[in-house]
This record gives sequence, C-alpha cells and structure tokens, in this order.
Amino acid sequence: MNSTEQATERQSAIRRLLDHDITYSFFRSKVTVIAGIVTLIYFIATLFAPIIAPYDPFDLSTVDLLDSQIPPAWMANGDPRFVLGTDDQGRDLFSAILYGSRVSISVGFVSVAFAATLGIFLGLVSGYFGGRIDAVIMRIAEVQLTFPAILIALLIDGVARGVFGELDREQYAFWILAFAIGLSFWVQYARTVRASTLVEKNKEYVQAARVIGIPSLVIMVRHVLPNVLGPVLVIATINLALAIVLEATLSFLGVGVPATQPSLGTLIRIGNNFLFSGEWWIAIFPGLVLAVLVLAVNLLGDWLRDALNPKLR
Amino acid sequence: MITFILRRVMQAFVVMLVVALLAFTMFRYVGDPINQMVGVETSAEQKEALRDRLGLNDPIVEQFFHFIADAAQFDFGVSYQFKQPVSELILTRMPATLELSLVSAFLALAIGIPMGVYTGLKREAWLSKIFLTVSLIGISLPTFFIGILLIFIFSVNLQWLPSFGRGEVVTLWGSWTTGLLTESGLKAIILPSITLGLFQMTLIMRLVRAEMLEVIRTDYIKFARARGLPDRSVHFRHALKNTLVPVITITGLQLGSIIAFAIITETVFQWPGMGLLFLQAVQNVDIPIMAAYLLLTAFLFIIINLVVDILYFVIDPRLRVERSGL
Amino acid sequence: MISINKIQVLYGKINYNTLRNLLTRTGRFTTVLLGVMLVSQAHANTLKYAFQGPLNQLDPYSLNETFTLTTLSNVYEGLIRRGPDLKIEPALAESWEMLEPTRWRFYLRKGVSFHNGNAFTADDVAFSADRIRSAQSGLTDRLDPAVKVDIVDDYTVDFISPTPNPILYYNWSSWFIMDKEWAEENKAVDVTSASDKNQNFAAFHANGTGPFRIVEHEAGVRTIFKKYEAWWDTPEHNLSAVEFIPVLSSPTRVAALLSSELDLIYPVPVQDLSRIEANEGTRTLTGPELRTIFLGMDQYRDELLYSNIKGKNPFKDNRVRQAVMLAIDIDTIKKKIMRTQSTPSALMISPYLFSGSTAFNRPRFDPGRARSLLREAGYENGFSVELDCPNDRYVNDEAICQAVVSYLAHVGIDVTLNAQPRSKFFAKVLAPGGYDTSFYLLGWTPSSFDSYNVLHSLHSCRSDTGEGSPFNLGGYCNEKVDELAAQILSQNDIEKRNALITQAYELTTMDFAYVPLHQQRLAWGISDKVSVKQRADNGLIFNYVTIDN
Repeated sequence: MNSTEQATERQSAIRRLLDHDITYSFFRSKVTVIAGIVTLIYFIATLFAPIIAPYDPFDLSTVDLLDSQIPPAWMANGDPRFVLGTDDQGRDLFSAILYGSRVSISVGFVSVAFAATLGIFLGLVSGYFGGRIDAVIMRIAEVQLTFPAILIALLIDGVARGVFGELDREQYAFWILAFAIGLSFWVQYARTVRASTLVEKNKEYVQAARVIGIPSLVIMVRHVLPNVLGPVLVIATINLALAIVLEATLSFLGVGVPATQPSLGTLIRIGNNFLFSGEWWIAIFPGLVLAVLVLAVNLLGDWLRDALNPKLR
Repeated sequence: MITFILRRVMQAFVVMLVVALLAFTMFRYVGDPINQMVGVETSAEQKEALRDRLGLNDPIVEQFFHFIADAAQFDFGVSYQFKQPVSELILTRMPATLELSLVSAFLALAIGIPMGVYTGLKREAWLSKIFLTVSLIGISLPTFFIGILLIFIFSVNLQWLPSFGRGEVVTLWGSWTTGLLTESGLKAIILPSITLGLFQMTLIMRLVRAEMLEVIRTDYIKFARARGLPDRSVHFRHALKNTLVPVITITGLQLGSIIAFAIITETVFQWPGMGLLFLQAVQNVDIPIMAAYLLLTAFLFIIINLVVDILYFVIDPRLRVERSGL
Repeated sequence: MISINKIQVLYGKINYNTLRNLLTRTGRFTTVLLGVMLVSQAHANTLKYAFQGPLNQLDPYSLNETFTLTTLSNVYEGLIRRGPDLKIEPALAESWEMLEPTRWRFYLRKGVSFHNGNAFTADDVAFSADRIRSAQSGLTDRLDPAVKVDIVDDYTVDFISPTPNPILYYNWSSWFIMDKEWAEENKAVDVTSASDKNQNFAAFHANGTGPFRIVEHEAGVRTIFKKYEAWWDTPEHNLSAVEFIPVLSSPTRVAALLSSELDLIYPVPVQDLSRIEANEGTRTLTGPELRTIFLGMDQYRDELLYSNIKGKNPFKDNRVRQAVMLAIDIDTIKKKIMRTQSTPSALMISPYLFSGSTAFNRPRFDPGRARSLLREAGYENGFSVELDCPNDRYVNDEAICQAVVSYLAHVGIDVTLNAQPRSKFFAKVLAPGGYDTSFYLLGWTPSSFDSYNVLHSLHSCRSDTGEGSPFNLGGYCNEKVDELAAQILSQNDIEKRNALITQAYELTTMDFAYVPLHQQRLAWGISDKVSVKQRADNGLIFNYVTIDN
C-alpha cells in the first residue's frame, strides 16, 4: 500500500466515522457536544492534575495551617494564591478539587473496568456453556440485582474494615472502595453478553468453526465481543456516573477514602461542617464540580443509549 | 405450575442459606467478638471462659447450625454498641424506615407518572424540556448533597421545616410508632421523603416517558386513533394503562432499593430508622447488627423477587419460558 | 381533644374493614387527623437537648466516660456530688469524717427513696461497692479492691483502706449508688456486658435516687426523663421533663438549635459559635473545660508498631518525644482549628485543678530544633508511624490530628492518620484491644479533679495487660514518679502535697511522657428561654436548668 492509498484510506475512515449515525447524532445535539467537551476537560484536568494544580494537597509538609479557611480569591480577605480559597487545614481548594476529582474518577474507572471484565467473562461463560453453570451464574446475578449497589458496597467496606483493621487502611481504602463498587455492577454486563452469546452460539460460522476444529470459544470471543461493544459502552458510561456518585456517597458517609487523600465526597463531608459558619466554599465548590461531572457523563450516556437504540429516536 | 413455584421457593431457600453463611462468616471472623465484649481489666482466663460459654470453641459446623437456628427465631445476639438484643433494636427502628420509604415511593409515583406522561406526549414542549433537565439534575446530584441543600435552605435559612428526626410519634398497635398523625411528625417527614424520593421520581418519570413513546407507536394505539377516539381517551385509557404494568413492577422492585438508599437520607436527617442503625454499625464494626441487617434485607428482597416471579408467571404465561430459562 | 386510644380504635377498624368502608369514613378520619395535629408538644417545661453521641446504655458502671456519667448523675446519685463550681457537696451521705488515717466513716442521709420506692440504706452502699469493683466494671478505679466496706448500722458505713488516703472519696461523685433489692430482683447484679445472652435489665432501665427518673430509653434514638417528685433535695430547676436526642452530625445539631427545634445543644463546633450568637433567640455559653487533650506515644514496646523502623522504638528516645512536642505549633491550632476556644497546656492537668501549674511553661514551637533533635537521635531521614485518633469525641479531634500529621511531616516524621469513631478507637487503643497503638490522641479529665488521678492513671508503670495503670496506653514508666504518687496519695498537708505534685510534674515534663496539647473550651448553644449553670466538666446537670415559657 503506498502513501496516497494510505491517506485516502485514512480519509475515508474519517469520513465514514463522520457520516456515521452516532457521530451525526452527537453533533446534532448541542447539549451532548457540551457534555462531551466538559467530560474531556475533566479527564484532561485530572490526568494532568499534578501539572495543573498549583499545590500538592497530599504533601502535608507543604500545607500550612496558617493559610486555612481563606475565602475564594475574588472575595474580601481572599488570597490570589488560592483561587477557590482553602479548607480547614489550609489546603488549596482548587488543587484539592483537582486531586479529588482524580480520586473520584479513578475509583469510577477502576470499578467500572472491574465490573465490565467480570461481567463480560461471566456472561460469556454463562452463555457459552449453558446448563448448570449458566443457571448458577444467572441465579447469583438475579439475587445480586435485587441488592442495591450502596448496600453491597457498604457491606464490603464494613467487612474490609474488620479484616484490614490492623493493617494500613489508607493504603487499601482506594482498592476496597473500587472493588466494592465494581462488584455491585457486574450483572448488567453479564446479562447483555450472555444474551448476545446465546444468539451467536448457534450461528453457522460458529458451527463451521467448530467443524474445522478451531476452539469455538475463541471464535465466540472474537465475534461476540464486537457485537456487544455498543451496549457495554452504554452500560459502562451510565455506570461510570453511578460509580462516581456512589463513591462520593460512601466517602460522605465516612466509609470511603480517608480525609488525608480526599475525594470529592470527602471534601463535601469536611465542608459540610463549615456550611453554617460562612465558609460555604469548602462544601459548595466540590459539590458543584461533582454534580457537573456526573451530569456530563449522564448526558453522554443518554445520548449513547438513544443513538444505539434507534427505536426511541 | 406448582413445580415452578416449588422450584422457585427452593431456590430462594438456598439463596437465603448462602446469605446466612456470609452473615455467619462475618459474625465469626471479622474482628474478635470477645474483644468487643469485655471490659478494660479482663484477664486472659476470663476471656477464655467467656469464649467457652458463648460456644465459640465448638466445631464450626455446629456454630453455624446454632447461628441459623437462632436467626430463624429472630435472635441475632446482642449489639456491641448498645448491649441490647439486635432484634429488639431493629424492630423499634423498622417503622421509621418503612414509613419514610413508603411516603417517598408514593411521592415518586404521584409526581413521576404525570410528569412522565406529559413529557412522553408533548416531546417538544418547553415544560417537557424543563422536566427532563430537572430529572437529569435529580439523577446527577448525589442524594446526600440534595439533603444538605434542603436543610440549609428550608431549616436553617427559612426555618420552615425541621432539620432532623421524626418529630412527635404516636404508638399504634403495641410497638408500631408513626409520625404521620402529629403536626411535627408530618412536617418532619417532608424534607427526608423528598430527598429520598427524588431519584426514584426521576427514574419513574423517564420510565413512563420511554414506555409512552413506545406504546404510542404501536398499531394498537394507531388503530384507536384511527377509530376517532378522542386524544384524552387514547392517552389515558389505552396508552397509560399499558405502560403501568412495567412501571408498577419496577416500583415494587425498587422498594428494596428505596429502603437501602434510606441509609443515606436517614444519616443526613438523623432519621431514627434501620438505615441509620446500620450505618453506625458499619462505622463501629458492630457485627451482630450488620449480620442481622444483611439477613433481614436479603430476606425482604428475596421475598419481593419471589412474589414478582410468581405474579409474572400467573399473569403472563408468555414469560414462563423466558424467565424460567434464565 | 382526641386521645390516642380513639386513634387506635379507628385505626383498628380501618385495618379490618374493607376499602369501601374506609372511604365512607374518610370524612370522620380527617376530623380525627386534624384533632391530633392540634396536639402539639404542649408539655409544660420540657427541655429538649442534643449531644453529639448516643447514651448507649444506662448501667452506671459499664462505661467510664464523662457524658454517660454526668447524664446518669441526673438519675443516680453518689454519696457525694459536685456543685456548679465542682466543689464537693454532701449527697446521699450527709457528712463524713476520718476516724483514723485509714478509716473513713460516712453518715448516710435518712428518708431517701429510690425511684421504685425502696428505701436507701447502708446495704445498698455495700452492694454498690461490690458491684463497681466486679470484673466487668469499667469504673474499678473509683474504689480500690483493697478497701474494706464495713456496715456499722443502717445509716453508717466505714471504709477501711490499707494505707492512709485523704482523697478516698474525691471521685465518688460518679460512683452511683444502686438499689440492692432492685438489682437482685431484676437479675442485674452483674455489670452489663455484651456477652450476656439475655438482656441485662440495668442496661436500659434505671433506678436511682436522683431528681429525674428515666421513663423511656431508646438507645441511640432518645431518652425521656421525668421529674422525680419525691426527691430528697429541693429542686433548683423548674422542669417537668427532659428529652435527650443524640444528634451525631454537628451541622444538623446546629441547624436544629437555630430553627428552635432544640433548646440546648452541646458541643457546638467552634466555627459555628458566631452564627449561633448572631441568630435571634439563641446564644452560646462557653467556659474553660477541665479535660486536657494530649498526644501519647508508645514507650513500652521494643519495636514500634506500624512503622518503617524495625528492631527499635524511636519513641523510647527522649529526644524524639521532645521533637514531637516542639514540632507542633499549638498556638496556630488554637487560632485556626479551635478558633481561640482552647487554652494551650504545659501540663497534663488543667490549671484550674492544680494551682502550681503556673510554674510550668510549654516549650516554644521550634521545628528547626525538632529537626536537629531527630538528627541527634539518629532519625535524620525521619520515620513513619500511625496516629490513632477519634473523630467524634473531642472538639475538632480529627482536624487537630490532621494538623499534627502536617506539622510532623514538616520535620520529617511521616504520620499516617487513622481517625475512627470513638467506640472503634477505644476498642483499639485501650487494654481490651491490647494497646494496639503507637501514637494516639486522647483527652483526660481526672475523675477526682485532682493531680493524683493524673499521675496514677496516666503515668504509673503498667504491665503488658495494663495492671497498675490501665489508661497509661503508651506504657510510660518512671519509678520515681510512682514513688512520688504514692506519697501524694497519703499526704494530708496541702502545702507539702502540692510540692510533691510539682516534683512529679517536673519529672514527667522532663521525660516528655506525653505531649499535652490544650484544654478545649466548653461550647454550648442554648435557646434564650433557657438558663443553665455550666459545669466545667462539660456535664449537663438538669437541676441547674430553668426554662421560661
């Protein structure tokens, strides 16, 4: 393939993408475009938080108690060093929010990735092997589906506190949290993948592959996965928003990440104590940042669902 | 049919046993129950004697058997924090949670359905867009944050409604307490039930909207229109009726979820229900309460599921194959 | 007005009747509802108050904690009590005298009855003495096991101790006398413990002699007290009932006071004091508190737990402990976290409880010196350690701990904060948890309001399991201090006694046995219609409350 061909190939790929239904529906809705941009900004900002943030709020040796409770820079007594003011320990709120979003989004991604991997795997196994394995997995799934995510997460966290009580909890808090949240989400993926697997399993090419001796599971993985990518993406996006809210909720309830490594929920919990005394910014800014993030991701999820489900358009 | 129900009941029973095993494992191995019980100056011998007396040295299988036997009699041991039988604690807290959950579910239905119908019928109306935006915000704002904001606005600044508790309660039928018969009790339930119901309300609204959109496309409705039936009749007698079955099913299933989400609302509003009890138990590693709450909610959810399954089976024979195949 | 009975009847009917029936009754039902709604809380003079934690149980010997004990002091009484200024007053004992240096005689008040009507006699005192010293008791320090209790007659009791003890009864204001017959009838002779398979009656019923009796107790939700009409003393209060509600979240507690749902709340977060002052109809009440907040360090184990230093224990080195002291800027903590509502302390006791404390000064904040001390001790690269901290016990406890972590980070000590609710915190760091801590924040109010308690309970040598001094979590040990404490206990002469105490404190401060932080200030929020005498131990004594309606 020569370079012109490559270029045309690339161009046509781009054109195909641009002409595609989904892309069209994306640009058709201004709200979705804004949501996309906002989400992108969040991801970039949190990814590069150490570069963007003026201070490292986790490095306690740089935090000075004398700087605590400074209002946002534009208010009286504000300090230009701290754009959004400082919290009760003298941490720069802007930096804390950046790092906090980073914790929140990381928990969200890790838990969704965990849930998706587990769910897809179990769905494939369940759909492909059928029989008793299928029955057991789907039974567990059904039971789990009746248990609200928050309850599962709280229980896992409670047990983990008992088990890891003596160990360094701070070190594990993040993973326990991501695991707890992820474990409560796997069912949807499993069900979707299973349904798709059931359909593919009996198709001729799978049968044919079986005849020529290619392990059919390999074929399944290769063919089923692309088919379910859409629905899985929709579920994942909506789950990401849910996971971020759930993490914030758990941290607000005081069972999430510790105060020395605050997520957005932890920041709100701390700020809640200062809401009446006039230092509203400690709770309100993280709250707004959280709400906007979740809203943007939700909007993207909505759009994805509508775009992939033409019936409703 | 009887075999189907029997099989379902058997399955539910097995699931319950598994949950009981989980609860037992938690009770037995998370933290040393003895250390939670003894005073400051208890010697090692006393601890050992206590261990013997409580049967913690018996074979594990025997302990598990005792645990199940006790749980079946609603005996979950004594709370580490309150030194009071867990069953008693849960029973006194249960009315508060159920009352809050039911009021919230009612609010969610009463507001969510009309909003859903409206947005489904008038897709382009500006009011629909407002409803949809509000519903998105309702889903995006975490429950606790809504609770905080409501307290800040309505309790602290406007001083219209109480910020915590159930107000004055009246005892009915022995131990059931209700706040719905006193002025302070009614006032007290407003903010928590809105906080708790908002999420469900948006969910129901979106569900009704989606169902409406789908139903309206069906031939059945097109035919009704073609017959020249008035819009009102088509919308409410034909369309809405058809959307209600899934809505009510989902709401029924969501009741469990409401009870679980009550944990957050109860914490924010200091509502003296089971959720607050459970959360404090999680924070204090009060295992007997955690184990009991796990068993009870599991029992509740499994019963709800079982009932829904059986109802489906009875109402709609088409579902028999599909659901039993799962 | 409609009584509750009628509602029950009506509801009963609704319950059993058909839906059709219900509809025909809706009209009547609405009337009933309106009638009930008019029954507001018209109880005359009810005080509604909230504290940050629950009153978990009512057994007065199970938990040695100020809030539980001061609350129960409205229901139970001891032989002595403490007045508004914490001076000792006669209560169930009318008077007492020292017959010989080792024998105290207490003359009991006659005509006192418990809430159940039983008469109070010497038998009850002897019973309570046995009970508070039993294995499950959390208040064994109130009465030494070696003290013999001798019933002389129905209203006279002798206490015989092996060595002279002039302050024997100083902490008896929280040793409450229980009714022997009541305890025996209700199988509550043993102190409540969670190991009871059956519920212990004393854990949620109370039968004292005090000005209030408990009529309803729902653990963690609310407790209702009613005035005890047959109290032996003349009431100062004008209350008919008191309702206690634990409100754990500080903002919720403040909101409830601001919107006048509650008449009194404590503690008020220091940052909200000005808001309560500015609000119409509420005000704050602040004053010095006796509790000293301090940091303790494990000086007992040969290897520090939760640390990167293996094989030795940095806190055993005096220089390291001194460095911790110098690294913390207590004045900034006072200004920023405590919003000036604290008094930095040089000693482990409040200046109000020890007149000689003016001779002691807190070393100045000096991070440079702290760093060089650490270098001298061989920790130029610092070391890591975990700080155990309660997050719902003291004023801004978690925030103080975070600040400590930050200050210590500045001098190179890498501290991980483990902040937990108090029950979990106590279960970990106290003796039953095996003193599972290397570094902790705690507060201490001497129950006898005297230095001996501080020296004995926090500074005496202890064994692995805590014999000798169970609350000396870090296991500080200096035999000279122990000797001085023994002398202080039996010294009758005030001047000589104070000199001994000063000597002991000189030793402990030189050893940097602890890092005292400050005495927090009491911070209560009250409605303008309430007046109350605030006691420096942060106890709310209902008898000192009056309310205007």
